[in-house]
Amino acid sequence: MNESFEPVVNALTQRLGAEASEFRGEVTLMIAPEKIVDACRILRDEFGFEMLIAATGVDYWPETKPRFNVIYLIYSFTHNLNLNLHVPLDGNAPHLPTVEGIYPNANWYEREMWDMFGLRFDGHSDLRRILMPADWEGHPLRKDYPLGYEEVQFSFNYKEVDSKKPYAKD
Amino acid sequence: MNNGSDVNSIVHAADFNDVNVEEFKHLVSERALKGETMLLNMGPQHPSTHGVLRLLLELDGETVVNCIPDIGFLHTGIEKNMEYKNYTKAEVMTDRLDYLNNMGNNLSYCLAVEKLIDLDVPLRAQALRVILAELQRIASHLIWLGTSALDLAAMSVFLYTMREREMILDIFELISGARMMTTYIRPGGLWRDVPVEFESAVRKFLDVMPRRIDEYETLLTNNDLFIDRTKNIGVICADDCMRWGITGPVIRASGKPYDVRKARPYSGYEQYDFVIPTDEGCDIYGRYRVRVAEMRESLKIIQQALSRLPYGPVRSNNRKFVPPPRSELGTSMEAVIHHFKLWTEGFSAPKGGVYVGTESPRGEQGFYIEGNDGPYPQRVFYRGPSFANLQIMPLLSRGHFVADLVGIIGSIDIVLGDCDR
Repeated sequence: MNESFEPVVNALTQRLGAEASEFRGEVTLMIAPEKIVDACRILRDEFGFEMLIAATGVDYWPETKPRFNVIYLIYSFTHNLNLNLHVPLDGNAPHLPTVEGIYPNANWYEREMWDMFGLRFDGHSDLRRILMPADWEGHPLRKDYPLGYEEVQFSFNYKEVDSKKPYAKD
Repeated sequence: MNNGSDVNSIVHAADFNDVNVEEFKHLVSERALKGETMLLNMGPQHPSTHGVLRLLLELDGETVVNCIPDIGFLHTGIEKNMEYKNYTKAEVMTDRLDYLNNMGNNLSYCLAVEKLIDLDVPLRAQALRVILAELQRIASHLIWLGTSALDLAAMSVFLYTMREREMILDIFELISGARMMTTYIRPGGLWRDVPVEFESAVRKFLDVMPRRIDEYETLLTNNDLFIDRTKNIGVICADDCMRWGITGPVIRASGKPYDVRKARPYSGYEQYDFVIPTDEGCDIYGRYRVRVAEMRESLKIIQQALSRLPYGPVRSNNRKFVPPPRSELGTSMEAVIHHFKLWTEGFSAPKGGVYVGTESPRGEQGFYIEGNDGPYPQRVFYRGPSFANLQIMPLLSRGHFVADLVGIIGSIDIVLGDCDR
């Protein structure tokens, strides 16, 4: 691991119980959902990670522990370092605190995660759908949400598929 | 206006004229609820919104009190679709993301895939990638220059910039057969080597372009009307840019020299001699100056890359990830097996996620790709600079006139395909 990461990794593992790992030269810290706001505050105020590049989620369905992983990509202008924060979440309707108070641009990324994955952000100022229409049902980037196609009718499921087709019957 | 008491009062795509204050009451001021300020829709079909962007404006007379961007009209589910395609096939969708920066999208995606599977790229391919990405940057800035000047009623610039952009598109057509959706950069290198005419075509462009940039500048840089419409409008300081994750020409026009090509060089950008143009204006005019200077820097990079373009292969020789050349298929059984495996199943990537950022014409563009030991990605996340930069519209537009809003949207150079994905 690059030695410039050492103080950051040591501070977060000791104070917040984070787990550090490295893959292809990228340092990742695994943090519990309730500690994410503290972690972001420490990173921004003490270690100069000024910018949230992006935040997104990953769905591991059908696994449930963890089912989701929320990823924060954080950048430091001062030290020219990238850091990934991973927040594993269990269950089908998880929620975690918002980091909007630390990185204001998390607003739209968290709205996108609510829209696409159905993750609730407690304390968010404007948790509406952002990309899908306001009256959309479901969260499209979940793995149990189908890609969208017409089901093929075979003899064994002819009636079942036919009953779901949208044409006028009688 | 609806009182918001029934379910049908949610704003649907069909009834935009009927803005529901209740839905936005946490975003607008108290005065809007009392009816003292007016809520007005701008878009999603407005010609100056550069695509399908809807802005909900709260107006006090002509002055913008607040501006609420509403995006998603061009959402096409590209990230979802990429999860159902193998890494080679998913690349075709990256062309359609930021449709003014096709080569740049391909480059970011390929760099992320190459990092994930740990694949090498030959030096010739790296140099050609740099040339193509910089040509694409110039093409994108030309569109930006033409359209944003057109928004401020400077009609003729648009005609000239489209003329020069055509030269770049002709070069892309020469090498890949397609003007925009090229998919020319592939994981492990390029689709194929450039034809012999490529070098002379690029040299011709390099000869013509510096004079043409001077011409655009004579039309705009000292034009009083242009300066009146752009100076001290849409001001944002560097600290706010960092807090809001703003990158690209907007942060550089606020005096912060942040450029991914210098901060975390990729594809051999560290070998080339270029500067990061910055400006202290923090306004629309500053962003104009930065982008024009960037076009000149891009020309310098292309010049250097072209003059020391190495010879050699343009695709990695790692047959587990890159298909063998057609000529080997007749003589080598191994080549046939690799060809079949790669074009049917595709290659597998290990478990783990990587993020690679590149400098697109609009800012930091990046892909976060997570593999799952199979040929399909677990997750592909696209970090679009337009999505990040559009978020500061309320900050930039408060207190300005509606007419200036058009200039501000132009100055942050959004592409809605990039924003909505």
